[in-house]
Amino acid sequence: MSILVIAEHDNSSLKQATLSVVAAAKAIGGDIDVLVAGENCGAVAEAAAKADSVAKVLVADNAAYGHFLGENLAELVAELGKGYSHILAAAGTTGKDFMPRVAALLDVAQVSDIIRVESEDTFVRPIYAGNAIATVKAADSIKVVTVRPTGFDPVAAEGGSASVEQVDVVKDAGLSSFVSEQKAESDRPDLASADIVISGGRGMQNGDNFKMLEQVADLLGAGIGASRAAVDAGFVPNDMQVGQTGKIVAPQLYIAVGISGAIQHLAGMSDSKVIVAINKDEEAPIFQVADYGLVADLFEAVPQLEEELKKVL
Amino acid sequence: MKVLVAVKRVIDYNVKVRVKPDNTGVDLANVKMAMNPFCEIAVEEAVRLKEKGVANEIVVVSIGPKASQEQIRTALALGADRGIHIETDEEVQSLEAAKLLKAVVEKEEPKLVILGKQSIDSDNNQTGQMLAALTGMGQGTFASEVVVDGEKVNVTREVDGGLMTLSLNLPAVVTTDLRLNEPRYASLPNIMKAKKKPLDTMSPADLGVEIAPRLTTLKVEAPAGRQAGVKVADVAELVDKLKNEAKVI
Repeated sequence: MSILVIAEHDNSSLKQATLSVVAAAKAIGGDIDVLVAGENCGAVAEAAAKADSVAKVLVADNAAYGHFLGENLAELVAELGKGYSHILAAAGTTGKDFMPRVAALLDVAQVSDIIRVESEDTFVRPIYAGNAIATVKAADSIKVVTVRPTGFDPVAAEGGSASVEQVDVVKDAGLSSFVSEQKAESDRPDLASADIVISGGRGMQNGDNFKMLEQVADLLGAGIGASRAAVDAGFVPNDMQVGQTGKIVAPQLYIAVGISGAIQHLAGMSDSKVIVAINKDEEAPIFQVADYGLVADLFEAVPQLEEELKKVL
Repeated sequence: MKVLVAVKRVIDYNVKVRVKPDNTGVDLANVKMAMNPFCEIAVEEAVRLKEKGVANEIVVVSIGPKASQEQIRTALALGADRGIHIETDEEVQSLEAAKLLKAVVEKEEPKLVILGKQSIDSDNNQTGQMLAALTGMGQGTFASEVVVDGEKVNVTREVDGGLMTLSLNLPAVVTTDLRLNEPRYASLPNIMKAKKKPLDTMSPADLGVEIAPRLTTLKVEAPAGRQAGVKVADVAELVDKLKNEAKVI
């Protein structure tokens, strides 16, 4: 078997999610090649070559791939992927965009968002917002699979020495073009890979109050998330949403502040190792999944938390 | 221009999902069903395009059992003009759904196809992208804003790092994210009027598509539950537990 992993990156650095996808590929077994498609992405290719268990890194460096347009990536991956038994990518917004297109071009099914590998053709994935866990067997000769990164411990980022090969396949479908982007600039750890995440919900009341969470996050080196209610209310931008249709996180510590715990939110964070809930409503469903619950007004508890953390950290 | 909207009948999002004791699936007997929430957003967007004078006809299509006509009628009550029901009692997976929708696209020749980004039952997030691939259209997935401009459509997408805007040639496929719009409720007069709107029924065979699932679900289990933990009295106790008991800070 041979597996093609499509790297997730931003043209300058390799996203840790890719290392989790390589781990999923290892669980399937076989030679693992990584495709880095982007523009001026040489540094990413170098990083991918150092990752554990990678045999070969393919680099498709062209302006057509610079903004990861799904139409162009899909044509490239469908062409390169024909020689592989499996094509894997992280189930982030990039992978979710181009991978089904790859599957359709190859006339095969896709298995989305797997959290476990049972065998080379059988995978485990959550359905119904994680309220049910399905074991699915794929019959196609090429398995197109997206991987939920939190389901797999990343392979080591260092220690490998894969060869790097340039690929000169240029696919420009001419269907779409990049116009602009609004990137959330932040020095904080990436929500999806942070060891600690602190999230705010509707109880935060407004966007300014998220500054309280930022102060705690700075002390802990934590990423900041939000519930859908907080995003819908315009308190914070969409890329902070944790949940069924937002980001899936599984940090060592998840602190939910003013979040009631709708099932769609729990779907995005219930695999966290330790969950803390701070909410003034003691009936809030979030307490049913929390390891430590504090029934308190968050406007008192969060500043206190900051003070107490300063004492012990 | 003509807009095609695909909608799916799924378990109502407020219903507590229960796995069948024999692990063959989720118990859907006597459970409230509804239009997939992302599909409601798709219908709403089409209706708004019509209200703005950008769209002049909205065709709504659904694939599934006879009862899926309820969801088509709902879309008609919200403002769609005409319905197409592709009736089948078999499980239709994303690739087959995309092939069926492709056949409808070839017949109807819409300028824009709008779908929900995923259905809340299978959580696959595939059909729109597959349809775009099969029809050779561009795709604007996870849309939070859709602006039609002549022969192009600008789609702002919710992506991991923030927002990204693409320009797509028409015809194109758009899949909706949560913040594209807030769907309206159907008024009673519109629900009555919807009953008289045209609804065509056809089979997958009529469209020349064979339903041949490539994925087999071997079993469906309930997730390993999380136990509720302890309540702490105050912040000092919380920090103490996190440091000395859980050892996570």
